[in-house]
Amino acid sequence: MSLVLDHLLSIIVLAPFAGCLLLLALPPEWKTASRVVALVSGGISLALSCVAWALYDGAKGGFQFRESYQWIPGLDIRYSLGADGISLSMLLLTGVIIVTGVFASWTLEERCKEFLTLLLFLVTGVFGVFVALDLFFLFLFYEIAVLPMYLLIGIWGTGRKEYSAMKLTLYLMLGSAFILTGILALYYLDPRRTFDMLELSGGSELAVGLQRALFFAFYLGFGVLAGIFPFHTWSPDGHASAPTAVSMLHAGVLMKLGAYGVIRTCVAMFPEVAPSLMPIVAAIAAINIVYGAFSALGQTDLKYVIAYSSVSHMGVVMLGIASLAPVGMAGAVMQMFSHGIMTGLFFALVGLVYQKAHTRDILAMGGFARRMPGIAVAFTVGGLASFGLPGTSGFVAETLVFLGTFARYPVIVAVAVTGVVITAVYVLRVVQKVFLGPLGEAWSELPDARSTEWVALVSLAALLVAVGVWPMPLVNLINHGLRTLGMEL
Amino acid sequence: MPDRFLFPIPQDLDWFALGPIIVVVATGLVALIVEMLRHKRNNAYVVGVSVVGLLVAGAMAASQAGEPAKEILAGTFLRDRFGCVVQVLMVAACLLSVLFSEGYLRQKRIAYGEAYPLMLWATAGGMVMATSRNLVTLFVGLELLSVSLYVLAGLSRTEAKSEESALKYFLLGAFASAFLLYGIALFYGATGSLHLGRVAEVWTSGFETGRSLLAVGMALILIGLSFKSAFVPFHQWTPDVYQGAPTNIAAFMAAGSKVAAVAMLYRVLDAAQPMVALWLPPLFWVAILTMVVGNLAALVQKDAKRLLAYSSISHAGYLLVALLARFKAPDVVSDAALLYYLASYSFMTIGAFAVISVAARAGRESTGLSALNGLWQRSPFAAVALLLFVWSLIGVPGASGFVGKLLIFRDALAADLVPLAIVLAVASVVSVAYYLALVRAAWVADESEADAAVAPLNAGSGLALGICAAGVLGLFVFVGPLLGWMAGPRSAEAERAPIVRQG
Repeated sequence: MSLVLDHLLSIIVLAPFAGCLLLLALPPEWKTASRVVALVSGGISLALSCVAWALYDGAKGGFQFRESYQWIPGLDIRYSLGADGISLSMLLLTGVIIVTGVFASWTLEERCKEFLTLLLFLVTGVFGVFVALDLFFLFLFYEIAVLPMYLLIGIWGTGRKEYSAMKLTLYLMLGSAFILTGILALYYLDPRRTFDMLELSGGSELAVGLQRALFFAFYLGFGVLAGIFPFHTWSPDGHASAPTAVSMLHAGVLMKLGAYGVIRTCVAMFPEVAPSLMPIVAAIAAINIVYGAFSALGQTDLKYVIAYSSVSHMGVVMLGIASLAPVGMAGAVMQMFSHGIMTGLFFALVGLVYQKAHTRDILAMGGFARRMPGIAVAFTVGGLASFGLPGTSGFVAETLVFLGTFARYPVIVAVAVTGVVITAVYVLRVVQKVFLGPLGEAWSELPDARSTEWVALVSLAALLVAVGVWPMPLVNLINHGLRTLGMEL
Repeated sequence: MPDRFLFPIPQDLDWFALGPIIVVVATGLVALIVEMLRHKRNNAYVVGVSVVGLLVAGAMAASQAGEPAKEILAGTFLRDRFGCVVQVLMVAACLLSVLFSEGYLRQKRIAYGEAYPLMLWATAGGMVMATSRNLVTLFVGLELLSVSLYVLAGLSRTEAKSEESALKYFLLGAFASAFLLYGIALFYGATGSLHLGRVAEVWTSGFETGRSLLAVGMALILIGLSFKSAFVPFHQWTPDVYQGAPTNIAAFMAAGSKVAAVAMLYRVLDAAQPMVALWLPPLFWVAILTMVVGNLAALVQKDAKRLLAYSSISHAGYLLVALLARFKAPDVVSDAALLYYLASYSFMTIGAFAVISVAARAGRESTGLSALNGLWQRSPFAAVALLLFVWSLIGVPGASGFVGKLLIFRDALAADLVPLAIVLAVASVVSVAYYLALVRAAWVADESEADAAVAPLNAGSGLALGICAAGVLGLFVFVGPLLGWMAGPRSAEAERAPIVRQG
């Protein structure tokens, strides 16, 4: 048992990878076995993330479950893992999304084994980023999380899939180049000569100009993945073209890697220059919120609506980070979690609607609530969370963010808050057009969700409400995490 | 030491130091005899003999890497760590190409047994190019390599494009040799010797005529070698030749021939260290051009082999950056990055060509990207291996290509060649687009032809792919020890020392 506990994080990261290798060895005809392997390996990670949450010593705080092994002595690269409250909440999110994602793609038949293999490989990288404490391994896991997306969208996507896949990959590789430049410059220019993120956190002795440049390198690099304006255009195309489980993972978890990276680098490593540069971040975040919401308003493709709403919601996350204050930061992490669950739910729902109605055109639908009440209820719950109705997780997150940032950027926040109103408009518009109104002739035979499809809907919708009604466990966990950034609620 | 005899009497003959080369040449002769005695065009024994000989030669070279450097045969042959490591790489490149040759040549119905001895002799030539500082020895090595490759490029003699490839390679190769030979003649005129060690003496002597002769001679030698290494603007032959030559030969050219050319360039630049101010600026621009043109031209290729040819040109650019950093700041930069990159490049390039050779079907080979369509279904192992090679070629962490680029990037910064480091980084991002075209062809694009059934991979190709994949991953995982082996204990110290920025 202690073997498991001593390597808890490694097992969380490597369980999906082991599943991935196992899948490679299975014959392609064994589809159900492949799905079970994917479910079990993702489930192990989720279960152990819960164990880590339970075992995390809040009184002690900081990074726990540390593992550290020398890899290249000459370059001082270490395989170094650890998790604080922020990491743990993201691990839980990732675990939930991968398990529900496997359920959501249970009926996928085409090249099923390859799909699940890539999905597990990708999720290995996601888990890895959230626990890596060495910049080199952070980058390694980051790439593992990003690159399989090309194949996942290119092969299993819909619509302009090859265009979207290539656009997404090129944008994210450009971001990676910024990140890598930042990492290498930090390594070679900083007298500490280390990739150790803990050692690099808390301040730098580099010249202020250089620190600013590094701040921007990391902000732009990770920001591309977080969908910051004007580098967000890959995201609607990518999400709209991707298959259901991939959209869930990508919007739900991968975009959080970007925000997480900004917290671990820009905020943690450059505390001296961050306050002077954060207004820029906040302003861009406000553009994201409002512009994203307006774009979502204008879409007729259901998936594009959700995709643009992600752009908008990631703006809320970045705004919270820009506060550099405990309340806003807690709100940002909370929003990462909340939006992850919410958008996971949305994409699962859109996938189901498309699978049954064979269209994603909002204008062609109507009255679906009569034929698929379960889906309609789940969509409404997600929608309410999306514009932050009290009693949903979105309310907790957005309130914290706006509270925490208002004192610092009153004008920007005033603009950003209008985004919430527009969100309400586009969400309610979708609910009205798709689920309410008269049922068209063509849709009289639509079925509701079936068997395994319920798993994602029920669990994700329940989580949204549960966190909204009783947010304290999660807030406490995040609060422990803030201490590693020198903040506390 | 450097005496005036062109063909000195061997007093200090060390057979063991010459061993790896002798073994490879002799294996070639044995393979040729076995080929004459074989039954029914069965090349199994020829391949077997070649593999065994190469393994022995590789082991001999590897075992000598740690021994002190020494020059024998009156300065015509040099055994040092760099030379031994390059010999091992040459042998490995040949071995991997030989492994997947037989299945491929049979499929193409050009299973001529002579291919194997020729490949062995080409390898021997490349090994000579790494282990001498005498220009005549180097030239003989180069010609041994080149002449063998001229023949090999035309191996598929009924195919017009193979003939074209051979002729083009021969004409441009001869052109390059002429430059080189003229340069060597001027060098001899300036120094009165063929030994590269004389450069420093003449250059610092203050004898103006000698200096200018030497400068012109060196320039011609560098141009000749730039042809061989496929640097821009001396690269035009590369895509045509790689496309036309049989795929196994193209793989050997891309890896082995490049390793040998870079090794010879290393010897020349090493000797020309005192003249660094003279050759650095032009080569600096050549490096930038090579990286830019190689990557941009690759973007528009529709043929897998041409794409890999342009890819090999861009990688030549990265290698040139490593060379320039090495000799601009010899005190802080070791051989490690260059050798590591050569090794990593060889594995991933041969691997990628091997995948393309697997895609050849039923005697007719089409190397357009669409020939790879449906590979994931026909040969899942090759398709997964291709993913790994592309991963590494792009330079994403998780495979050797990344560490190689990281090391070169670091050395370029340490040598104060910041623009080169930046171009390298940007070029790597651009390269994503065309490497993904390979992945797209093998995984995403729809299978248009009917024969989608799983075809069993022949044992040799499977083995070659497996070794290349293991090499790419192994180089990544065991970076530390490998760098120590490649660059020796002195440089292992240097790795740890902080970089002192110059200027």
